[in-house]
Amino acid sequence: MITAEQPFQFVTAAYLTRVENQKANTLLNLIEGLEHTSDDAIFFHTFQSLGRYHFLTEGFSNDFAQWALAGLNQPVLAERLASVDVRDYTSLTDLRHDLRQMVADFSATNSKASEQWAFEPFYFLRAVEVTRPLPWEARTLAGFRAGLERLSHSSFYYHFIASRLRLQLRTNDFSNWFASALGLEDLARRADRIDVYTNTLDTARQELIDMVDREMER
Amino acid sequence: MTSVQEVPAETEVYLLDNYLPVVGAAEIDELRALAQPLEGSPVEMVNSTAVGGGVAEILTRLLPLFRQLGVDAHWRVMEGDLPFFEVTKSFHNALHGEHFQPVPKDFEIFREYNRRNLDLVPADARFVVIHDPQPAALIEARRNHRKNHWIWRCHIDLSRPDSAVWSFLQTYINQYDASIFSSPEYARQLPIPQYLFYPSIDPLSEKNRDLEPEYIESVLENFGIDSRRPILTQISRFDRLKDPLGVIKAYKLVKRYHDCQLVLAGGGATDDPEGAQVLAEVRDAAGNDPDLHVIELPVSAPLEVNALQRASTVIIQKSLREGFGLTVAEGLWKKKPVVASAVGGIPLQVIHKHTGLLTHSIEGTAYQIRFLLSHPEIATRLGEQGHEHVRENFLITGNIKRYLTLFLYLFNS
Repeated sequence: MITAEQPFQFVTAAYLTRVENQKANTLLNLIEGLEHTSDDAIFFHTFQSLGRYHFLTEGFSNDFAQWALAGLNQPVLAERLASVDVRDYTSLTDLRHDLRQMVADFSATNSKASEQWAFEPFYFLRAVEVTRPLPWEARTLAGFRAGLERLSHSSFYYHFIASRLRLQLRTNDFSNWFASALGLEDLARRADRIDVYTNTLDTARQELIDMVDREMER
Repeated sequence: MTSVQEVPAETEVYLLDNYLPVVGAAEIDELRALAQPLEGSPVEMVNSTAVGGGVAEILTRLLPLFRQLGVDAHWRVMEGDLPFFEVTKSFHNALHGEHFQPVPKDFEIFREYNRRNLDLVPADARFVVIHDPQPAALIEARRNHRKNHWIWRCHIDLSRPDSAVWSFLQTYINQYDASIFSSPEYARQLPIPQYLFYPSIDPLSEKNRDLEPEYIESVLENFGIDSRRPILTQISRFDRLKDPLGVIKAYKLVKRYHDCQLVLAGGGATDDPEGAQVLAEVRDAAGNDPDLHVIELPVSAPLEVNALQRASTVIIQKSLREGFGLTVAEGLWKKKPVVASAVGGIPLQVIHKHTGLLTHSIEGTAYQIRFLLSHPEIATRLGEQGHEHVRENFLITGNIKRYLTLFLYLFNS
């Protein structure tokens, strides 16, 4: 079994939700909000909503899409916003730009809808992250598997989803370690293909465990 | 003039390990990891009442759990008497939007009683959490021990406060390091950070723990409810803002298509003259329909509420205005499909079409109930997803985690 020089350090991550002094009642308000709100708010309503609502494996993508559907009854816009896949982004600036553009394009061709008052406002929120190293690390796949099984949802989310922004790469902490510390490029690629939109965090973790098991059997 | 509230002993009811089967070992490990740097840090929770009310109930549950995690948590109750509580009751109503014309003496009484309690918070406290407006002016004690982190936890809806009372209160709130609200809707524009902590339910409490099917059946039998036919239930006080008459109208629309029963159960009619009147109107509207059960519950009947919720086919919360509406989380925890109005804290719990169905009218409520009765597989999915939503966001262990995270964040910064 390969032993890595650089161990994988498991981390526990906890998140606070901070209320921004900003809300949207209409699509025009939303466009303005998307322009001016903090990067942390964009993160909260996209990357973080994926972790917060990981148990929704059908038809939920991000808070903006959900508000377009439930708050504004605009299914077309909701579908477009829901098509945004956070795995395509390593920068919140790009993500913000694309979301804003989608809403602006829809508003331009639906002027009545753009001023329609929502059933309930959209409140801009942001995430505050606090991390702590867990008292276990892994140097082998077996050790990694054991650590993975003990992770909470938010820690798994931290390593598997939020890590893309931290690494500024289209990958995650696990794949990054498989490739860089163990030289297991193929496992890294397969792990990164696990679909976080159609899996819960538990089923995504199980898929990853199964992959690690198969790799160890080789 | 200080009062230290005795923290309930670590009896079996309050053991952290009892939550293991509910949230899993990883979540408990995480709480321990977050608490570890805070070990021995004195945390002071301060409110104005030792018994009764939601805050006292929450603290009774939270404190033993904090202590088992090594956090040196204390609960202190400020002392006051009638003049103070009359003023704070008026302030409370005014902050909820009721008209109130305060006079200078009201403010002086508020300040004076807070001044008398300034010694309540020990100088060595690391984190001080002041609950609700009554003790808010205790922040004045901070000048004696500036290393403390002061947090104001607001449990009430400040979306439409009386401006005079809020302006007065805000001079104190602005001095805190952070504030906590239950919903973004309740928050105000403040110069200090505002965090969102959802209210929580305790999955091990009598209102939420698992029940034997025989017990549930006995409760239904006692109230004359037929367990073989669909049961629609709204649990809430007999209050116009809960729109019980609207629920009856929705039920009558559903009844045309489905052989169902309606249960309207709640308290609030014995100690509230308006409640008694609303109950009379509800009974009048119910008429002689044998499938419409209007049940007046005693003030505390957690097991009966639990049984009624567990026996339900659909849970309704058709409020016209709502606080957070934790009865929704209770229903979701029991894996029940919920049809609820999109008001107050309900949309935070009911993610439309994912963890329940939101409505805006009597007709919409009736339609969504019919939809669920015709599509039990969708009702099951909504209930299961609702249960997960509550597990992730509205359990007491999540509340502990948020406090620990906030303390750590302030500690590190």
